[in-house]
Amino acid sequence: MSFLNNVITGVSLGSIYAIIALGYTMVYGIAKMLNFAHGDVIMVGAYVCFLAMGNSGLPPVVGVLLAVLVCTVLGMVIERLAYKPLRSAPSLAVLITAIGVSYLLQNSAQIFWGAATKTFTPIVSTDPEARLWLVPGQLSISYVAILSVACCVVVMAGLTLFTGKTKMGKAMRACSENKAAAQLMGINVDSTISMTFAIGSALAALAGVLMCSAYPVLSPTTGSLPGIRAFTAAVFGGIGSIPGAFLGGILLGVIETFVKAYISTDLSDAVVFAVLIVVLLVKPSGLLGKYVPEKV
Amino acid sequence: MKKRVIALAMASAMTLGLLSGCGGKADPTPTPGTSTPVSQGNDGAVTIKIGGIGPITGDVAQYGTATQWGAEIAVEEINALGGPIRFDFKYEDDTGSADTAVSAYNNLKDWAKDAPLVIYGTTTTTPCITVASETNADRYFQLTPSASSPEVVAGKDNVFQMCFTDPYLGTAGAEYLKDKGLGTKYAVIYNNGDAYSTGIAEAFLAKAKELNMDVVTTQTYPDDETADYTVQLTACKDAGADVVFLPIYYTPASLILNQAKQMDYAPLFIGGDGMDGILDMEGFDKSLAEGLLLMTPFSAGAEDERTVNFVSKFQEAHGILPNQFAADGYDCMYAIYEACQQIDGIADMDSAQLCDALSQVFGSGTFAVDGLTGKDMTWLSTGEISKSPLIFKVENGVYVDA
Repeated sequence: MSFLNNVITGVSLGSIYAIIALGYTMVYGIAKMLNFAHGDVIMVGAYVCFLAMGNSGLPPVVGVLLAVLVCTVLGMVIERLAYKPLRSAPSLAVLITAIGVSYLLQNSAQIFWGAATKTFTPIVSTDPEARLWLVPGQLSISYVAILSVACCVVVMAGLTLFTGKTKMGKAMRACSENKAAAQLMGINVDSTISMTFAIGSALAALAGVLMCSAYPVLSPTTGSLPGIRAFTAAVFGGIGSIPGAFLGGILLGVIETFVKAYISTDLSDAVVFAVLIVVLLVKPSGLLGKYVPEKV
Repeated sequence: MKKRVIALAMASAMTLGLLSGCGGKADPTPTPGTSTPVSQGNDGAVTIKIGGIGPITGDVAQYGTATQWGAEIAVEEINALGGPIRFDFKYEDDTGSADTAVSAYNNLKDWAKDAPLVIYGTTTTTPCITVASETNADRYFQLTPSASSPEVVAGKDNVFQMCFTDPYLGTAGAEYLKDKGLGTKYAVIYNNGDAYSTGIAEAFLAKAKELNMDVVTTQTYPDDETADYTVQLTACKDAGADVVFLPIYYTPASLILNQAKQMDYAPLFIGGDGMDGILDMEGFDKSLAEGLLLMTPFSAGAEDERTVNFVSKFQEAHGILPNQFAADGYDCMYAIYEACQQIDGIADMDSAQLCDALSQVFGSGTFAVDGLTGKDMTWLSTGEISKSPLIFKVENGVYVDA
């Protein structure tokens, strides 16, 4: 029974990583850049929801929608101001800019909302009673975990369909393969990439709300460490691959929980990252990543 | 063209920001003891510069701002007294990192070229160890409100602490539990990425062993604020622990209390001074902390006149209740003020002479200060403070004496 409990804990933790990783992988897959500010957009989303629900007393649904709206706009503004002027710059310059944006967001959040940690009000109840009991008294899943896994699956399916079937999705895949050629085919590269950031940031807002509901503390640096772990999950699953991000996130959560439970709490990070190294040695493009040879 | 202008403006603004962040390195080594003697005002009062260092940005900013604000209130009061000693206070940001703390320290040395300087800080342990070895070499007196590792003061005659050392709290915690006969099986959950938490936990475990207390499990977690503690709590529950010792800060503690409640596990939780502040977290469900014990030198709910005065001033200025860090900061200023009054010929001293004189007063063993965080506080010649922790219990959302 404790094994199954650990599986549930791992999957709930993993679903949080997965939903953040989906945003990372989406932006990387299409714009071919690592948006290190993603974790901080998550934090902004969580703050917006927190303020909407706590200070203005709005219902959770409105809080989530507001967070998604604010983050979507924020993501597009960041892309327009910080990344677009660097479209033809070396990728290292963009990477450093992304780190700069990350610090800018963290410190702005601290100025606006203060450094003190706040307790987030979960969007669904986390009382001991508000759980789904699989085996009465022994095995249960919290509603937050169910919600985040469900969101993850829906988002993953939605993104796969969107990039596979819609016109905008096709444009995105075309930009991902070759921006110059896509432009020649009449695709507006700027608006396509802007759209990608809008979707990625909307996902970040959702991830922020879900993460803070499951682990209800909120501070200006809340997003940075989970962001890095989710990035690891995205690489683990194959960065750029949407199902890969989902698989990577869930696996990372489960491995982390198992190491803590059965090996040692001291070693959890060491083992998680050792597994990552081994996977990348064997399969450099990640679990579900596509290996694309460079044509010379 | 317009775009380029905007880009240039932004770039230069960012560069300026960077420069201001790492300035002050131009003159890193003023020879010790060359600063001019204490400046005297028109009314014969001497002014001493207090250079504070601590994180006011970054992820430990809440502790730095607390120590800054607490000290500022004391400085204002001291200067309003109109006594023979005045303080000129300046606070520099170290973002909680050692290298920034050294730049901040160099800035303060530049700032205090015309008057003797006393270093107040740093707030957190790691930068404090670095700055302490600098002040020891340069001969500036240093008093830290809250850097609690014994390494901060070890081997330095000029560095003193206002807070307990980590091992002291661990030992006191184990003794308290044993004395009161609380619990039969004990568990510890601590942050193994943090010197404060590890220091207390190790001292607790050593003392518990000495007192034959049955510690059934020791669990750790990495330095990560949104971690999942279900596994650690399950281990404590399965081992049958009825007391869980949490020598950690209040942010992870709030998550642990929350997750313990979700799994219907209700042992007695006991924490150190890092737990102080948990009740004031915005949005925190106070019922989660019901029955929690914590060892801290300060309670904002105390009813003595000085605490009430401090709390109301602090709340008026900053809109929140002061915590232990703010109170330690306040006490630091009064301790320096009272020590200065015991020094003969302070008006003619430079920083190095003041450092020796203050170190002598603090290390004498007879110098005692009454403050918000303790009555009759004295210091050992090693720099560690001697005061006893108050043990509080949370009942109906407020601290009561346990």
